[in-house]
Parts: sequence; structure tokens; C-alpha cells
Amino acid sequence: MATLDIQKPDASCANPPEILRERGQREVFCGLTGIIWLHRKIQDAFFLVVGSRTCAHLIQSAAGVMIFAEPRFATAIIDERDLAGLADANAELDRVVNRLLERRPDIKLLFLVGSCPSEVIKLDLSRAAQRLSRSFEPRVRVLNYSGSGIETTFTQGEDACLAALVPSLPAAPAAAPRELLVVGALADVVEDQFKRIFERLGIGPVRFMPPRSALDLPQVGPGTHYLLAQPFLGDTARALDDRGAKWLPAAFPLGAEGTTAWLRAAADAWGIDPEHFGAVTAAHRARAETALARYRAKLEGKSVFFFPDSQLEVPLARFLAREMGMRAIEVGTPYLHRQHLAADLALLPADQAYSEGQHVDNQLDRCRAARPDITVCGLGLANPLEAEGLTTKWSIELLFTPIQGYEQAGDLAELFARPLERRARLAA
Amino acid sequence: MQLTVWTYEGPPHVGAMRIATALEDVHYVLHAPQGDTYADLLFTMIERRAKRPPVTYTTFQARDLGGDTADLFKAAAREAFARFKPKAMLVGASCTAELIQDDPGGLAKALALPIPVVALELPSYQKKENWGASETFYRLVRALAGPHAPAPGTKRAARAPGVRARCNLLGPTALGFRHRDDVAEIVKLLDSIGIDVDIVAPLGATAADIARLGDADICVPLYPEIAGQAAAWLAKTFDQTLVRTVPIGVGATREFVAEIAAAAGLDASAILADMPTRAPWYSKSVDSNYLTGKRVFVFGDATHAIAAARIAARELGFTVVGLGTYSREFAREVREAAKLYGIEALITDDYLEVEAKVAELQPELVLGTQMERHIAKRQGVPCAVISAPVHVQDFPARYSPQMGFEGANVLFDTWVHPLMMGLEEHLLTMFRGDFEFHDGAGSSHLGAGKSHAPANVSAEKPAAAHDTPIVVAAPAAAASAPTAPIVPVWAADAEKELKKIPFFVRGKARRNTERFSVERGVAVITVETLYDAKAHFGR
Repeated sequence: MATLDIQKPDASCANPPEILRERGQREVFCGLTGIIWLHRKIQDAFFLVVGSRTCAHLIQSAAGVMIFAEPRFATAIIDERDLAGLADANAELDRVVNRLLERRPDIKLLFLVGSCPSEVIKLDLSRAAQRLSRSFEPRVRVLNYSGSGIETTFTQGEDACLAALVPSLPAAPAAAPRELLVVGALADVVEDQFKRIFERLGIGPVRFMPPRSALDLPQVGPGTHYLLAQPFLGDTARALDDRGAKWLPAAFPLGAEGTTAWLRAAADAWGIDPEHFGAVTAAHRARAETALARYRAKLEGKSVFFFPDSQLEVPLARFLAREMGMRAIEVGTPYLHRQHLAADLALLPADQAYSEGQHVDNQLDRCRAARPDITVCGLGLANPLEAEGLTTKWSIELLFTPIQGYEQAGDLAELFARPLERRARLAA
Repeated sequence: MQLTVWTYEGPPHVGAMRIATALEDVHYVLHAPQGDTYADLLFTMIERRAKRPPVTYTTFQARDLGGDTADLFKAAAREAFARFKPKAMLVGASCTAELIQDDPGGLAKALALPIPVVALELPSYQKKENWGASETFYRLVRALAGPHAPAPGTKRAARAPGVRARCNLLGPTALGFRHRDDVAEIVKLLDSIGIDVDIVAPLGATAADIARLGDADICVPLYPEIAGQAAAWLAKTFDQTLVRTVPIGVGATREFVAEIAAAAGLDASAILADMPTRAPWYSKSVDSNYLTGKRVFVFGDATHAIAAARIAARELGFTVVGLGTYSREFAREVREAAKLYGIEALITDDYLEVEAKVAELQPELVLGTQMERHIAKRQGVPCAVISAPVHVQDFPARYSPQMGFEGANVLFDTWVHPLMMGLEEHLLTMFRGDFEFHDGAGSSHLGAGKSHAPANVSAEKPAAAHDTPIVVAAPAAAASAPTAPIVPVWAADAEKELKKIPFFVRGKARRNTERFSVERGVAVITVETLYDAKAHFGR
């Protein structure tokens, strides 16, 4: 049975952790990659990358997403005519968007997504979005954000996308009752589970962002209290704060402990009786505990090394350390948001090693020297490290699998137990 | 700007990576922003390579752009040399770095590294992956082998008697479609006719090997898209005999054997008389009768597409109804090949255009790339993959060459397997109403759940309204094609009768009937029209 006595984060006395900051080659995706899950999440939105062939190749290669019949993303590939000024890039963009929207009359929301080349040639996509919005509204709203590698790392693409969406959210009426907003893309099944729990706790109304339909944008105003479901949403949070919304600080909902802490932050804000909270969550916690116990036996005492990838690394390390009894040798993350991660950081050992940014060759040297039991890394590193005899877990799977909430706590643990089990089976 | 859903080829620097990764001791320093490292996973995941590609990315960020990205490049190159100790270095820029114009070549030169450094100019906004691979290989060959070139016009010394001729196999790269197995097959084949393979490059070659590419007597560009340019230069510079036939298929392999044997002064009649391949017999056996005239659509890189069309027409007895390539550099060759089949080649790198063409032609088999696999799946047409780009399942664990005599066996199996088996096809025609043996059930040998029932394809609209005439659904291509004067309408009973025709020929029957009606100005297609058309066109 997981205890309810979770440590409250206390920013005033928690020593900020020592962080190794490195510069060098980064073995991470750019923010365009977020399109892979966002285009499935918002079912009437389309993502048009304005970039190069490299951008198009990245998205189709990154997750083998070619399984989808007709994807709701495409790339407008800049060519030499655009660069030489022979073609007016804005006129070209209008032409491409017209062709696209003719083909896809079901699209309600179009994101123009900036890339490295579009940023470097200073193609103003915000003006283009305004211009195109004027010609297509009310049928289609056109927004823009940057997923470029020179500005964003992997999951920051979702942050940029959601932040771009915030100004479009309708304003809540002044007298509107308070509302809970859950921010960050979650699997539909996880959303539904949280919805049921909030309902039974007596917390509501509850809205989710991004919504499943662009026509279903949540309203926002001073009565909005928001929980972050993902740890990579710094810009989105700032944009929500600007609209008067209030952030509910909490550990992230990974594992039973994290989920309880996260739900409790909302319960406290709504003044829910702790006994009622305990009663509502008891069965979920018990079930999660049962599911986790099976994997704890396999993971306890094992070491883990995180290469930077999704910014989920800190809450994942917290989950593995606190609930699975593992030891994190190095928690590498592209960017460590001290404020949003304060509750998770407070639950990790005071001497935990962190690294931010990356110099991949140096980090590989450290990893090889440490010989961790499990290495969490991206797809470019996993097979080479396996070939060297290290057991790895693809970090991207942690984004493409429902891992949040009580009912998924066991699944999350299993993702780490499976590579170890596989290695043991193949050795036998 | 070009609107792209999927792309057949990556950018040219990915082509350069395929060369660098194929080589043993050459490192590539790529000026590139964060995110371009995605290309590593092509090699480590799709091809399952056990080593990281030998590529260092400078990883510049927005905040570096105002400062000194050139210093960043120099530091990365210096560090890569110290850490990886390569015997030669490639330097270049990805698409974004090309825009900031830092001149990696000049910067690398300033470092004065004690190894050959080859500067690559790969224009990302004009060119693509195969061109990038070709250019990279050519530049590297010139830089490393060039210093060993004899005076222009020097004739190759005659081989001493009893010494076997030596040849180089050029073009196999990392991430190549079956390159690993093709090389093994061709090395074995050449050995059997008495020719030694001196160097295979770039796959598995060292910088030192590249430097002595001029030693061999014969030069074989197995993959002309990648090695054609380098091979032409080597043949001219070192007076090597160029063997141009690409040995894919039984006929081409025979020609290849004859050509290279002649170049080596050997008699290949024995091996040609006793070809170690089952494919011709399998194709002749009565069981293959049902393959006759199957309508195939072929699309891929130029070399594989041309070879596949030839095999389909001459070795399997199919009818080639479409042939195309995304390799614009080889458009001329593909157009020539298409003439052999009385069709016009489709030269495009626009996936949507290919999809529209397949919908229009209604082939019974698609031979294509990973993209056509998806097109065919959506249109309910069987498909086999014959060319890059391919996915992880096309890097099989088993030996599975495309080239040589064993390659011909592999092609026979791979192309015939997705088709309906001969007798099964007949039974389906006779008893199409059987509740577990019907259109939607798919081929029995392809396992459960694999339905040929087409999804959302315009050519095959669900007959929702049986009692009213159904307007012919315009194929996706009709929008761009000149509009037909009359659009015939299907009467309900004719539409019903059409359903009785098995799905794998139904599209053809529909198309033929409509063409027949348009040509004769028939406005409403009846059951009679359907059978008139059948009689007119034959099976």
C-alpha cells in the first residue's frame, strides 16, 4: 500500500541540485517530432512544416509513422527558387495552403510549423498565419509555432504548439466558476481515467489541453487552475499565467506516488476533505501497488542512466528511485525546469547527479564507465549500446505509451523491466 | 515550394552519410543544427547497425547564429579527429548550415589535419539523397585515388598469363536495399567464372582501399545511381573496362556474366549452360500459368525499376502497365525502358501522383518501394518491394539478394507470394458467395486478418444504394487528366453483376467497361454493356 505521506516540496529549504552543463553534439530530436503525436491527438488539426527535405525526412523516419493512411501533417519544402527570390515565398506558401485545404476539407485548425531553414531565412510565419486566417476563417483557423532544432528540443515542440494555442482560447466570463485545466497531451484512455477520478473527488469542471477537437477549445481566465500533465511545458504555462490562470504545483503523475501527489494538488485547491480523497483513491492506489510489486522485485537495487531526451527524465528517475528502489547514476535532460520540477527534484536524493544539454561522446564515456543496469536513450544510441553489452530502454517509447496515472503505473515499470527480462531470457 | 506528404529520398547529406557509414575508417563532420542527428536512427534502427554512424554534428543553436558558428565547426572537426582517428575526413553542411555559409571545406583546411579532408558541396535545396551519395563517393574517389593516376592516356599493362582478372564492385552503401547480400552473391558468381573481386566500395572499404581502386582491371558500378559517376572516372583514368549491365534477373545476369567474362578474356559458356537458378523453371511450370498477363505497376529507383519491368515482362509473363522512377537523374533511361512496353514513364517524386496513377491503372500487382507498399495496401492491391526507400522488414535476417542467380530465385518468390494462388483464384470466381471464402477474406496463404478489401478508394465505392444508378466515382487522377466527354452511369443490376467478379480483377473490369462505354458513347452501363466490354477486351 503506497503511503499517502508524500513529502511536500519546499522550495525555500531545498538546495538547488548541482547540474553538469555540457555543450557539444546533441543526440536528440528537434521540436518537429512532436507532430507525430500531436497530429493524432487533435483530430481536426493539420501540421504544415515549412522547411527542407530534411524536415520531411525526419518526421517520416523518426517514428516509422508511415503506418497512418493519410497523415495530418505535410511539409512545404523550400527550394532554390524560394531562396533565390525567384518565387515569393509568401505567395508560394499561400498556394500550398490552398491546395492542402482543398484536399482536406475536414481540417479546422492549421498549424504552420517553422523549421531551422525557415527561421534562418526569416520567413515570418506569424504574419503568414494571420494573413491565411483572414482568408480561411471561420472554416479554418491558422496558427504558427516553431519546431526548429535551433530553438526547440523534441518535446519542446509540443510546448511551442500549445503556447501558440493559448491566445486562441476563449476568455472565461468574469463570473465563471473555477475550472480545472489539465495541460499536456495524454493518451485518450488516461484522460478518461483522470476525468472519472476528478468527478468522484468532486473536482470540476475539468478540461484538457490539447483538446481532441479544435472546435472544443477550453476557456481560460482567472478562475482557471491548471495542472501540468507533462514536465516540458514552460512556455505554455507562462502563456496561461498571462491569461490569469493559476498553476497548481505538483509532482508529475508518473507512478502511484506521483499520481497521488498530482491529484492531491487539485484536491487541495478545491478544498477536498483528505478523508474523501483517501477513500476515492484507495482502490486505485491498491491496484497500482499490486501491479508495481511484481516489477519491484525485478528492478530493486538496479542502476539506471538517463541520456537527455524528452524532459521526462527527472520524474521518471523519481519514480524509479522511490517506487522501484532503483538508483539513478546520471539524470540527463535537455533542459531542467527547476520550478516545474521542484516537487520531483525534492523527492530525489540530495546528491543525485544531473546533466543538462549534451556532449554525447563525453556522456557515452561516462555511461560506459558506469556500466548501468539500464540505459535510457534515443534510437540513434540504443542498438550500438546494446551491441556493447549494455541494456537499453528506448526513451521515445515513454512518450508513445500511456504511462501516466494509477492504472498505467505497472505498465511504466514494465517498460523498464522488459529489457532486463529479455536479456535474461536470451542469456539462458 | 513543394507540398510533400512523404519523400522518396532524404536530403543529399543523408546520401553522404550512407557513404561514410559504409566505409571503415572515414569520418564525416557535418555542420548541422540540433535535430539532424535523427539520421543516425536510419542506420541504427532501420538497418540495425551495431555501430553509430561515423558522423559528428556541430549542433548549433539559435543563440550561436549571432556568434561564431565557424569556431563551433572547427572545434567539432578537431575533436572528431582526436577521438575517432579517421584515415580520411568528409566535411560538409546540412540544409540549414548551407544557409549560414560557413564554408566547412575552408575551415577544415585551416585546421591542417594530417589526413585527406574532402569538402562536400551538396546543395540541399536542389538535390537529394542518391545524388548526395554519388557526389560524395565521386569526390572521395578522386581525392584518394586521384594521386595514384597514371599519365592521361596510359594503357593498362597486359596481365601475366595465369593471373586472374581483378574487378571492383562499386556502389553498395549503408542503408542500401539488399546491398549486403547482392555483394555476396556477385562475389560468389565472379569467383565461379574465374574473376577476383579486388575491392568492394564503399561498403566495407577503407580509405587505403579507395586509394588503390585503380589497381583492378575491371570496374563494375553495381548501383549506377551511386557509383556511375565514380566508375566512369575510374575507367577513364585507370584504363579499366567498365561493365555496365546490372545483374538483376536471369536475363540480365546472363548478360552480365557474358560481358564481364569477355572483359576478362574468359569463356563463360559453361556457367551460362548450367545456370544455378530455379526461377526459369518455376516460371515455366504449369502452376505459373495463372501469372500470365497479370497487370503490374513498377516504381522505384531507376536501376531497380528498369530491371523489375524487364523481369516482369520477359521472365514472369506479366504485362507491365506502369513504369516509373523518382530518380530524375535517370529519367532518360526509364523513359527508354518504358517504350519497350508501349507505355509512358512516370517520372516524379510526388507520392500523391504515384498514388493517383495506381488508382487509375488498377494493376493486379504493384512492385515498388515502401511508399507503394502503402499505396497498394490502401487500394487493396498485392505488392512486393523492389527498391529503396524501404523499412526495417526489408533488411531481413536471411540471405536475400536481388542480384545474380540466387537473386532471381528470391524475386520469383517475393513477387509471386503476394498474389492469389492459381486454383484459389478459380474457386473464388466460381463460389464468390461462400461465407468464409469471399472477397474480404484475402488469400488463404497470407494468414488471417490480411484483407484485400479496399479501404476508401475512389475506384471501389461501397454499393450503398443498389436500387439507384451509381455515378461512377472519378479516380483521383481524373482531376488532373482531361475530363471525359461523357461520364457513364452504372445501372444497379450492372453494379451488382460487377460485384460478382472477384476483387482482384474487379477494378480492371470496371475500368475496361467504363472505357468501352465512353468510347461508344454509352450513357448507362447495363449488364449487357459489362459483358460486351468483357468480350471486347478479353480476360
